Amino acid sequence: MTAEEILNTLKARFGDAVVESKLDVPQPWISLNPARMKEVAEVLHDDPSTQFDTLMCLSGIDYNNGKLGVVYHLFSMVHRHKIVLKAICTKEEPHVQSVTSVWATANWHEREAFDMYGIVFDEHPDLRRILMPYDWEGHPLRKDYKVPEYYNGMKVPY
Amino acid sequence: MGLLDQRFENGNVFVTSLENLLNWARLSSLYQMQFGLACCAIEMMAASASDFDIMRFGIIPRATPRQADVMFVAGTVTLKMASRIKRLYDQMAEPRYIISMGSCANCGGPYWEHGYHVLKGVDRVIPVDVYVPGCPPRPEALLEGIIKLQEKVRKESLVKKSA
Repeated sequence: MTAEEILNTLKARFGDAVVESKLDVPQPWISLNPARMKEVAEVLHDDPSTQFDTLMCLSGIDYNNGKLGVVYHLFSMVHRHKIVLKAICTKEEPHVQSVTSVWATANWHEREAFDMYGIVFDEHPDLRRILMPYDWEGHPLRKDYKVPEYYNGMKVPY
Repeated sequence: MGLLDQRFENGNVFVTSLENLLNWARLSSLYQMQFGLACCAIEMMAASASDFDIMRFGIIPRATPRQADVMFVAGTVTLKMASRIKRLYDQMAEPRYIISMGSCANCGGPYWEHGYHVLKGVDRVIPVDVYVPGCPPRPEALLEGIIKLQEKVRKESLVKKSA
């Protein structure tokens, strides 16, 4: 399936869940409503025409304009086609639906995006920090992050 | 025949100071705390392998801090790891020595400015005896560091604590 066919399928099925899209780029992407991520992911995974069985990558982004994003790179081993999904939320309400129940790979990726950007994945089975210590404050890859002077009595800056 | 046989042909008594004897024993069997942190650990492993053969200095890796005399801090010390290193150091019996291996353990290395997660030098949590520069240092550099440490141990005194 081409990206356009995938977009049309999603539009026909979910309508307003599709927020934005750009198809004339090397990696065509479709932006979706972060609160409806899971149902869209389930259909893309299960539908015989799309069958996206592989979540290649899940990344977090701070757009530096008050918005945070999650980017999903999907691949189908059966059909050999790819698509990029985006879920963009605000810094005040950083909530995105978890897709761990669809792709188990997403579990640790979502924990990392939570650790680094503070994006809360609703319905995630075990949303803890994965890289930073549990008692760490803040989310280090946010653009407005300030490095603390001390951590547990250890000086952090050079 | 061996070196000692040639020097002491008929007798088996010789005189030295207790200090010399203890220092010689210590520097000839510096048991190593067996752990590595990052890419420096690969060079440390190469130093242990047959090409460089760290055992000729009497260094044997031990899997517990309680049996170790020297700790090679080989790699990037993250803030998360720093408290664990401190605990391992506290568990080692005295006399204990630390060799800081590589730029990261020495001063933060490439993470010195933007590394929010890296301790800028392991000497902020434990005292270091020898710093080995390099990114990562070659096994020869680590061996040089071990020889420097042996020189330091050789000069130790029972009554006067070395700095």
